[in-house]
Amino acid sequence: MRINKDFIDGAHGALPILIGVIPFAMITGVAAVSVGLTFSETVGMSVLVFAGASQLVVFQLMSTGSPWIIMVLTAWVVNVRFTMYSATLAPYLQKLSTARKALLAYMLSDQAFGISLSHFVATKEEMDHRWYYFGSALLIWVAWQISAIIGALLGPLVPTSLGFDFAFPLSFMALMFAALRDRPTVIAALTGGIIAVLAKGLPYNTGLVLATILGIVAGYFAESLSFQHGTLQ
Amino acid sequence: MSAISIWMLFLAVGLGTFTLRFLFIYLFGKIEMPYWLSRALRFVPAAALAALVFPALTHPSGHLDLTLQNFRLLAGLGGAVVAWRTRNVLLTILVGMALLWTLQAVFGM
Repeated sequence: MRINKDFIDGAHGALPILIGVIPFAMITGVAAVSVGLTFSETVGMSVLVFAGASQLVVFQLMSTGSPWIIMVLTAWVVNVRFTMYSATLAPYLQKLSTARKALLAYMLSDQAFGISLSHFVATKEEMDHRWYYFGSALLIWVAWQISAIIGALLGPLVPTSLGFDFAFPLSFMALMFAALRDRPTVIAALTGGIIAVLAKGLPYNTGLVLATILGIVAGYFAESLSFQHGTLQ
Repeated sequence: MSAISIWMLFLAVGLGTFTLRFLFIYLFGKIEMPYWLSRALRFVPAAALAALVFPALTHPSGHLDLTLQNFRLLAGLGGAVVAWRTRNVLLTILVGMALLWTLQAVFGM
């Protein structure tokens, strides 16, 4: 009974955030169709990848005719943040078979991480963290897949002349601002952004990967400097 | 792109992404993430997303355009204000798209 309660608590905790998940998933579905993917490809990608920002990145790179390997590398880079979530949640998701760990890991999303971790940190009473996480992650996964399918069905009705591809950089922009926590992260973003503009002419969109790496390096050293001066801000 | 290379793309992105999600849940208690790596990873979202956003605004049709004729740059700056104040993906998209359509309707063509 304990187990069921934590599972339901997790799903309940995830409920409010569906307001953000559902439209974002629908946009991803619409965008997939807008770059020429078929319905089955759209659903297949949604299930295989299940990471909206990286899917939008792939669509943008598809629409500008980037090479295959650049799309793969860029999508991985965008999803590297999951290692942080995975490392942070790991202590709560132990004493499970490898297959079950793999299932929980597959469902990991920004939202499931945020909801679960904030609940785990705030809750003193005894609970099964694994079931709470599973409840929130599963609800988000199901809502995401259904919404992406609805988006893919609506996609053909959206005219391309509206410049809908502009929704990609706009969505990345909101995610970017959410990632700006302190001065070093701002420096990382400014460095990455400016170098990406300067390196735009490099072949095969390699400027994107270069700019990301240099942005990370800049943020890292900015933080090292602030440690030396004894402040984080 | 051919159907095969599209599915290979999804498979490669999906498998890589799964590995990123699974790695440290699986390795917990077996190996620790090096401190420098966890510090560096913190900057990935900011750097990668900025590297995507900036050129999309400054190079709307493949070449640098910093003039007032670049509606995507103007609408993007408006969207940036919304993103900065709200950090809300949906609201940023709505305001940015509305600005772009308004600029195109009033000054475009």
